[in-house]
Amino acid sequence: MSFDFDSLIEAVNSAYPGAVKEKIEYRGETTLIIDKDSISGVCGHLKEMLGFTFLADLTAVDYLEIRTPRYEVVYHVHRFGPEIDENIRLRLKAEVDGDNPKIDSVTYIWSGADWLEREVYDMFGIVFSGHPDLRRILMPEDYEPFPLRKDFDVRDREASKRSFERALREGGG
Amino acid sequence: MERVEFISQEADFNADTGIRTETMMLNMGPQHPATHGVLRVVLYLDGETVVKAVPYIGYLHRGIEKLCEHITYQQCLPYTDRMDYLASICNNIGYILTVEKLLGIEDAIPERAKTAEVILFELGRIESHLVGIGTNALDLGAMSAFLYCFKERERIYDILETVCGARLTTSYPRVGGLPLDLPDDFEEKVRNFLKVFPATLAEVDSLLTRNRIWIDRTKGVATISAEDAIDLGLTGPALRGSGVPYDVRKAMPYLGYENYDFEIPVANEGDAYSRFLCRMEEMRQSLRIIEQGINNLPDGPYAADLPDVVLPEKELTYTRMESLIRHFVLVYEGFKPPAGEVQHAVENPKGELSYYLISDGTGKPYRMRVRGPSFVNMQALPNMVKGRLLADVIAAIGSLDIVLGEIDR
Repeated sequence: MSFDFDSLIEAVNSAYPGAVKEKIEYRGETTLIIDKDSISGVCGHLKEMLGFTFLADLTAVDYLEIRTPRYEVVYHVHRFGPEIDENIRLRLKAEVDGDNPKIDSVTYIWSGADWLEREVYDMFGIVFSGHPDLRRILMPEDYEPFPLRKDFDVRDREASKRSFERALREGGG
Repeated sequence: MERVEFISQEADFNADTGIRTETMMLNMGPQHPATHGVLRVVLYLDGETVVKAVPYIGYLHRGIEKLCEHITYQQCLPYTDRMDYLASICNNIGYILTVEKLLGIEDAIPERAKTAEVILFELGRIESHLVGIGTNALDLGAMSAFLYCFKERERIYDILETVCGARLTTSYPRVGGLPLDLPDDFEEKVRNFLKVFPATLAEVDSLLTRNRIWIDRTKGVATISAEDAIDLGLTGPALRGSGVPYDVRKAMPYLGYENYDFEIPVANEGDAYSRFLCRMEEMRQSLRIIEQGINNLPDGPYAADLPDVVLPEKELTYTRMESLIRHFVLVYEGFKPPAGEVQHAVENPKGELSYYLISDGTGKPYRMRVRGPSFVNMQALPNMVKGRLLADVIAAIGSLDIVLGEIDR
């Protein structure tokens, strides 16, 4: 791809010194490791100054016992272009600690991040500070575990059973 | 059943008329035919005007992303059918392309497989748009358009059945190409479809496009501006209906889409009618792509020559020891992509579908993430219906063309 990622990194780093920790190229895709504390600033800069107006995806990965910090929140941002090679997709990653996982929300930059962040909270228990309505989205409201964590026991039915029994009680009443 | 509840905290008493007014909460779904599955929307109504709409999802959550962490890459394929089951072939191909990218074998895929996948992908698009338009019209009372759409959809299912034996949940291509060569009557069936489908399309067009009732129910309804659409992350007809010409097939071509001659239809109003027009035109463009594909369908191998990834031919498995061993290893352990991660996006009928796969070097994905278009598009509903009438909620849900299997995964 002809896009110059180095000048992009330079632009981001001059606005937020030390924000971009590393650049990884793999299979034609570019990943930037972003300092967790400057993630919302970097995202805002990418959107306002560099034209990455579209948040394609937001998710997280659990690297339990593989890496510390344990979690990675992954952003896929996209810049539209009239020509094929002007469409740029960039992956941002921010590392989040295992205890009390918390990161700034980007909902005020892209409103579309709302449900995506709720899903990450639902599945990994990562808290997005500044999110307007951080609730569970796919799992029942009173469900306790976080299913996509690697230490989630898929054979343990107790949590689902509790939610189901409560629903039965409330529905039947 | 719809359940009506009254909430009194926003009650308001008008002393002049002596009428007490209050906001009413109406629960729509999860079992409601116009929600296209198990969507629940809690509507706060002032008379018949929607004050606030809050969607609740998750009723169909099966944990596909978690399930895929415990099985081999090839075994994940049937799960992808069950997301957007109205265009399962598109989900399948999207997943296969992602795994091929992870393995770094895109260049080894033979042209015959790629062209066949393009044809099937576009058939899937037509299939999904037929349901989208048909059910949207049905929800708004136009029964006949729905029947025409569904009749034609059967023809596509017949083609899929000859290709892979299944109609709805196809699980069709394999990593590395096609599992079997295309059947002999594939070309004839596709050509027959190309011949008869434009007549049905014209019929649906004449039933709806200039239909006064249809226009009244959809024009100016569920409007969303281009800025809001981008901000919310909408894709597919929901984004192009607002005037943004973003289509993954053009923006980040896959399967050699850059070699096909087609256009990206865009409508500017951002309302339900615009999205309908986009879908209609997209079906015509899909026909063009299918025609180009079937005219240039090359002969030759249908699967890549990659013994590490592709299963040996069935006959060899039965007759040769080495092939049998290879078969067992591939089925039991699966192929092992090098550690790394890729994201690959395809233009599903409903919008951008992207898979994000992380490999840790074993035969099972470390993480598989699906960004379904319906999930993100659904977020636009509260914006679209705010301040509109209750009946417009039905039009809005229909025009977003969501499928709950993909929202909930």
